Amino acid sequence: MPKSLFQKVWEAHTLRRLANGQTQLLIGTHLIHEVTSPQAFGMLRDLGLKVAFPQRTFATVDHIIPTDQLTEPYRDPLAQAMMDELRRSCAEFGITFFDRASGRQGIVHIVGPEQGITQPGTTIACGDSHTSTHGAFGAIAFGIGTSQVRDVLATQTMALGALKVRRVSVNGHLRPGVYAKDVILHIIRTLGVNGGTGFAYEYGGEVFDRFTMEERMTVCNMSIEGGARVGYVNPDETTFVYLKGRPYSPQGAAWDAAVARWRATASDPGCHYDDFVTIDAKDIAPTVTWGINPGQAIAIGETIPDPAKTWAADEKASIEEALAYMKFQPGAPIKGTKIDVAFLGSCTNGRLSDFQEVARFLKGRRVASGVKAIAVPGSQIVALQCEKLGLDRVFANAGFEWRAAGCSMCLAMNPDKLVGDQLCASSSNRNFKGRQGSPTGRTLLMSPLMVAAAAVAGSVADAREVFGVNVS
Amino acid sequence: MALAKITHIAGRAVCVPGNDIDTDRIIPARFMKCVTFDGLGEFLFRDVRQHPDGTAKAHPLNEPRFRGATILLSGSNFGCGSSREHAPQALQKHGFRAIIAESYAEIFFGNSTGLGIPCLSASREDIAKIAAAIDRDPQTEVVADVARQEIHFAGQIVPATIRESARDALVHGRWDPIGELLEGLPAVAGLAARLPYFAT
Repeated sequence: MPKSLFQKVWEAHTLRRLANGQTQLLIGTHLIHEVTSPQAFGMLRDLGLKVAFPQRTFATVDHIIPTDQLTEPYRDPLAQAMMDELRRSCAEFGITFFDRASGRQGIVHIVGPEQGITQPGTTIACGDSHTSTHGAFGAIAFGIGTSQVRDVLATQTMALGALKVRRVSVNGHLRPGVYAKDVILHIIRTLGVNGGTGFAYEYGGEVFDRFTMEERMTVCNMSIEGGARVGYVNPDETTFVYLKGRPYSPQGAAWDAAVARWRATASDPGCHYDDFVTIDAKDIAPTVTWGINPGQAIAIGETIPDPAKTWAADEKASIEEALAYMKFQPGAPIKGTKIDVAFLGSCTNGRLSDFQEVARFLKGRRVASGVKAIAVPGSQIVALQCEKLGLDRVFANAGFEWRAAGCSMCLAMNPDKLVGDQLCASSSNRNFKGRQGSPTGRTLLMSPLMVAAAAVAGSVADAREVFGVNVS
Repeated sequence: MALAKITHIAGRAVCVPGNDIDTDRIIPARFMKCVTFDGLGEFLFRDVRQHPDGTAKAHPLNEPRFRGATILLSGSNFGCGSSREHAPQALQKHGFRAIIAESYAEIFFGNSTGLGIPCLSASREDIAKIAAAIDRDPQTEVVADVARQEIHFAGQIVPATIRESARDALVHGRWDPIGELLEGLPAVAGLAARLPYFAT
């Protein structure tokens, strides 16, 4: 019987059925970072347990790391304490740690793929909801809590219930100036922030077939913002080309065997899906959020919703709450809204191609006066690649601060924070109240090129107009 | 390390209304700069309860009449966003022992269940009825009955649901799976050996 990738990977990793009906699922690859792991190591010590398979856990530091200070001790003693704790735990339990000295540090969801640790047909877990990113390779990747980090460390397994699978197809051609970020914002807007609860999203269709791995990662990354804990794309030639020659990729004869295996993990034609959604690529426009969750998004040419025009009491209340927090007027265009900060980076859009695409248009342009603009590469390797291409100079010359790798202002656990009610054009993934470090700070999510357009214009702008992207 | 069998939670309740209440709101990221979960209860819902200068905002959790509530009522998609277990930890350390909401985000639901916090789902209308009853009399005892999937309050009973695997785990005292997972550990190497990527 034909099977979906989810079903194949799930079955291959099932150890047994637990008493409550859940599955004890083998987690092939475990990724950890400094924020959600210290308590898990503490629990292991309390229980007198060891890490069962230390060679299958990989650590890096991303959330708390300052992007403007390279040497320890960090100015923030709490950040230093978390760094020390992770270093100590990795040494104690024999876990590979990509710290800054390794040259391979970065946001955990960027490090895994660039090292070739993220592979098709595998199960991956990480104490971070954006673990869904790794699904771009045809892995089943779960964001987990700290007690589950403990479970995986101690047993290399965790207790889970199977998910349903929704096939989300995007067909046709994206218009110029429309990016992977717009695709996922459009999907979330269409299906809702909780539309994916209980589902794994299998993304496919012509647009995904043509997408690069980095574009696939951007989409899979934000699956969780649509409520889907898991999002994936079937592995294909694009996947294999990306993985070939990476440090942890199979080499030699093992490579050929791996590719054959990976190819076979893709969903079979005619397999069962619990639901189907089809989207026409030409309906997707550059998209911007206006509210306090990633589903509150509009096309750049649209106006901010008016609660008076909504009959559903529920929706009315959520629009009103969002407008009050964002200090926006109902019915106003989003275009032209003055911004204070522009943030380029994050596990959603902090990869080489994101900076390359922006630099292509930013060359010779200047960030508007009064706008603080920062560009934060997602990993040390991304930073180095950008610097080799001279992209750092393009950003610096345009008035962006070029920073060191980390999560930075996506969640502002490091010193990069909004101040007061600053409004930030951001290539990150969450626009929740207070997300970017100020309890009254405001976030507008958009594609990297739209962030650059807003930075140059000093207000939310249509990147196609600002940069003369061919819209014909 | 036998776990408590959580068949029902009885106590006073408080309603924090709204849909899509995310885990950043439940516990802002800056309070996650810690290496233990101790003390998180103090920061629960910090930025919707306090102004930046530390003065109190109008919020149900700031109302003295709801102090000591152990059951939290809310709307749909409760606990969306970040996978931080710090969110249910903060709720638990603040004193909450059960949640009744329309629906939950997946990761939050699992994290809460693993801490022995039942997340029961009820209809919007029934949650509104419970909220009205506790608003009239904050001393109203609410019973979140996990075993029977119902909620008792002020002489009324309304239906509730909870995913069967979670109900089973709570009621039978196996909501923290670590013991059972460890029992399976000897078999893990055998399964892993069949996965070529695992060994390399």
